[in-house]
Amino acid sequence: MIRNLFAAALLAALCAGLVTAALQHFRVTPLILHAETFEGEGGHSHGAEPVAADHEHAAGTPQHEHDAIATTAAEPEEWAPADGFERTAYTTLATVLAAAGFALVIGAVSMFAGVPITFANGFLWGIAGFVTFSLAPAYGLAPELPGMPAADLGARQVWWVGTALATGAACLLLAKTRAGWAFAVAIALVAIPHIIGAPAAPDEPSAVPAHLATEFAAITLGTSLVFWLVLGTVFGKLNDVFAARSSVPNGVPA
Amino acid sequence: MNTTTASTGLQSLSISQRIIAGSLAILLGLTLLVGTGFAGDFRLHNGAHDTRHAMGFPCH
Repeated sequence: MIRNLFAAALLAALCAGLVTAALQHFRVTPLILHAETFEGEGGHSHGAEPVAADHEHAAGTPQHEHDAIATTAAEPEEWAPADGFERTAYTTLATVLAAAGFALVIGAVSMFAGVPITFANGFLWGIAGFVTFSLAPAYGLAPELPGMPAADLGARQVWWVGTALATGAACLLLAKTRAGWAFAVAIALVAIPHIIGAPAAPDEPSAVPAHLATEFAAITLGTSLVFWLVLGTVFGKLNDVFAARSSVPNGVPA
Repeated sequence: MNTTTASTGLQSLSISQRIIAGSLAILLGLTLLVGTGFAGDFRLHNGAHDTRHAMGFPCH
């Protein structure tokens, strides 16, 4: 049965991951590439500040040269996939692996909570996953393009994880019981991260055009919804198929 | 019996089986999510860069 869980989760993740990677390739990545052309023009750039121009040396700093080209290019010593096929391949791989991660996490939640993922309720799992991992975090931390001002990374990651945990707990609670107190607790769980508030981005000008940013926010949320609906539905369908298959030797279905 | 086939997957498992399966799944799942979405290592960051932006993970 453990094998069935993993097989269903990973196959569903492959399916949803590839669909999502295709959407990303045609609708999302072009916006990221477009935004990257503005990086460094506005108030914010990450890791690409030309450090050579105006820094001072402490006394006793060894003699060294500043290569103007190397220091102004974006992170010249860091490996990054080359634009084109290599970058697409890495993005596809990362998306499929992230999909596998999400699938295994909801599979684990299903096991712990005793709530099966079936074809009948798979889209509900998908909606819960979307609300938990995409919509609720995006409500505080809007999908960001490269080059947009943003708060401290660690603080945003903590808020993102906390929000996903609280929202996911609310979804799970309502899946288990619809008692009045459960609604009250769920509403509190969903609201508290937003009352605390996400780390605010510094009020800096950005060179990324507003129409790119709005388009990106809408398309990434839409793509995430497709991802989660495919993942939940396929995961549920595969669970049904595997369950029916493993029950056949004991009692032949009518 | 036909009506129960859809739920046999989960309901046929004992509590301990469910805990073992769930623990293994969450361990591997979180490892994959941390690697693709959160890890600070520049190779993981740059390789998964577009996915992080597209999936709404905090990046940069």
